[in-house]
Amino acid sequence: MRAAVARLGLRRRIGTGVLSLAVLLLGLGWVAYKAFGDGFGVEGGVPDWMRVTLAGLTLAGLYFVIASGFTLIFGLMRIVNMAHGSLYLLGAYLAFEFQKHHVIGWLPAVIVSSIGVGLVGLAMYQVFLRWNEGQELRQALITIAISFIFADQMLAYFGGAQHYVEPPSAINGNVDFGIFCTSGGIFGGTCLTFPWFRLVVLAIAIGVALALALLIRRTKFGIMVRAGVDDRAIASASGVNVGVINATSFFLGSALAGLGGSLAGAFLVIAPGEDADFLLKALVVVIIGGMGSLGGAAIGALALGLLETWAPQYLPGSQSNYSILLTFVLLVVVLAVRPFGLFGRPE
Amino acid sequence: MIARLRRRVEAEPAKWINRTVALGIVVFLVLAPTLNAVSDFNLSQVGIRALWTGIAAASVVFLASYAGMVSLAQVAIYGIAGFTYADLVVKLGVSQWPAILAGIATAVLLGFGIGFLASRTTGIYFLVLTLAIGVITFLFYLQVEQFSGQTGLHLDRAPALVGGDTITHPRRLYYAALLVSALVYLAIRYLGRTPFGLALQGVRDEPVRMGSLGFGVVLLRTVAFGVGALIASLAGILSVFFNLQISPSSIDVNQTIIVLSVAVVGGLAHLEGAWIGALLYAVLAEYTQPWAAHLPGFLQKSLGSERYPTWLGLVFLVVVIASPGGLMGLWHGGTARLERRLLRRRAYEGAVTPTGSLSGRRPG
Repeated sequence: MRAAVARLGLRRRIGTGVLSLAVLLLGLGWVAYKAFGDGFGVEGGVPDWMRVTLAGLTLAGLYFVIASGFTLIFGLMRIVNMAHGSLYLLGAYLAFEFQKHHVIGWLPAVIVSSIGVGLVGLAMYQVFLRWNEGQELRQALITIAISFIFADQMLAYFGGAQHYVEPPSAINGNVDFGIFCTSGGIFGGTCLTFPWFRLVVLAIAIGVALALALLIRRTKFGIMVRAGVDDRAIASASGVNVGVINATSFFLGSALAGLGGSLAGAFLVIAPGEDADFLLKALVVVIIGGMGSLGGAAIGALALGLLETWAPQYLPGSQSNYSILLTFVLLVVVLAVRPFGLFGRPE
Repeated sequence: MIARLRRRVEAEPAKWINRTVALGIVVFLVLAPTLNAVSDFNLSQVGIRALWTGIAAASVVFLASYAGMVSLAQVAIYGIAGFTYADLVVKLGVSQWPAILAGIATAVLLGFGIGFLASRTTGIYFLVLTLAIGVITFLFYLQVEQFSGQTGLHLDRAPALVGGDTITHPRRLYYAALLVSALVYLAIRYLGRTPFGLALQGVRDEPVRMGSLGFGVVLLRTVAFGVGALIASLAGILSVFFNLQISPSSIDVNQTIIVLSVAVVGGLAHLEGAWIGALLYAVLAEYTQPWAAHLPGFLQKSLGSERYPTWLGLVFLVVVIASPGGLMGLWHGGTARLERRLLRRRAYEGAVTPTGSLSGRRPG
């Protein structure tokens, strides 16, 4: 019967699919026209395009790190962790505090903050979420309440001011690609440059993606996680300690939020309200990619990161502050074709 | 006649307890301002705030209890109504009532659009998608100066019908909000009994079966979302009357969570709970500061007078953990227990015959 229903809906599905594809191609075509329309030389739009696209890729990397934690937790336990944004912000504040007091260097601070946030998430899971397994709405409401308390407590203890984390001096400068150099001018010519630090973030994100893929596909832990995703009861009956797997995954997912926060502190602002902002990013990424899918999170992060940097650059000048609407358009375009995201499965 | 009434009361005591309490509350709400039982400050800061927040929460409860959709986009929708109204009045100089109608119409239209998009998902996906839409709406008004920008919009006065300067003269607005609340309550109760409401509850419980029976599941959900948007937009207009301003922070994630928690604390399954939860919220918002100032010093930083969101979150957390049915769930559970006890006692007393044949055995 399901097949018959699917066939009935198919024709309309194709219609919306063609429309969505047209919107997507129109957007990409517009960016390509703006970027490459004036040729490929120094005078054309290519250097700007490369700079903006690299920025978009680093942003996408950050979004992936955060959203992969969210989607890992959802995929295994069906818990929508609405406090994920709070964990992100907590990671950022912890990294900032460590660095402000010069307790430890940048890299140890990032690691310690991630583990700390992971432990906070683990405690949250053990106290509030373990005993009501399967009650999705109740768990979502509990994490919403926790995020509300977290936001206010962080305001109390870290204040309302904006903070930045200083990247370590070794990776604080700009990397010079040595291409698209302009000659002359009062500065004696410059080439295409890009902040080192953001490239490092991109590398870390790719590393996290590879590590997660290896962990899920190649290790015994990953096998048990996948078994738990497919059928928790059978996995448990086959001798998998689902409790330990769940707790470990929650720790890992929260630590990824903390890692995202401690990395972001060096090129984005740390302030109250960023928790909601990054919860939105994580949600949009996993809504596009499909909740519970790591590959989907990668694609969703790429789409959102590029959209967010391309839109202000390539929208006609007076309209650039409407770029937030494009996030909405992206959601609509994806959901019109796939209501549960690109790689998502209905309940 | 008294005897007949007494028999009816004795047959269903819980129902009559509820009716008496409800009547008492309604009489109090109507008479409170004229009897000077409540100061103008409380009437405004607690009364009106609870009433309009209650309407917003009622739209959440309506969608949750009749359609099974827990929406986090209601605050965004009332924001759209409020911003459109304020924009038209402040920036374009449109007169009050056309602007109000345009605000409601815009919110309902966009509500239908959002509803159509979101109605194809269910359960937790719906929650997540509506939250994303809510945050996007907030960011839109924050970033686009033409519509609002960070500072928001300030109105000189509300329509004369609701008292013009509502900050110094809140009484007319109080009655207007009370009237709208009553109408919303009655309309939702009525809607639940219409064929539309019944079909909607069918879709909530058995979407696949209802689809096989020929009901348009997505259409029903979309229309329900549109109705929810209408209710929310009324709250949005009232909130602008109340504050005489609206800014992006009026519709941020905190506000979204507040309206959701008001609905949940009141009880997602009970419509009247929306206003009960809203009353608790308004009291907490207004009185946490003086109460919390009495806390010992070492608690001041985390729970002191500035920390009313924490208190609100704690109440929300405790209710979600201890009583998922909310305060109204507790109340109805309590009266049902009382009823069972009363009926059991009566059955017991009736069963004990003078011969004492049943003595020592407790029925039930």
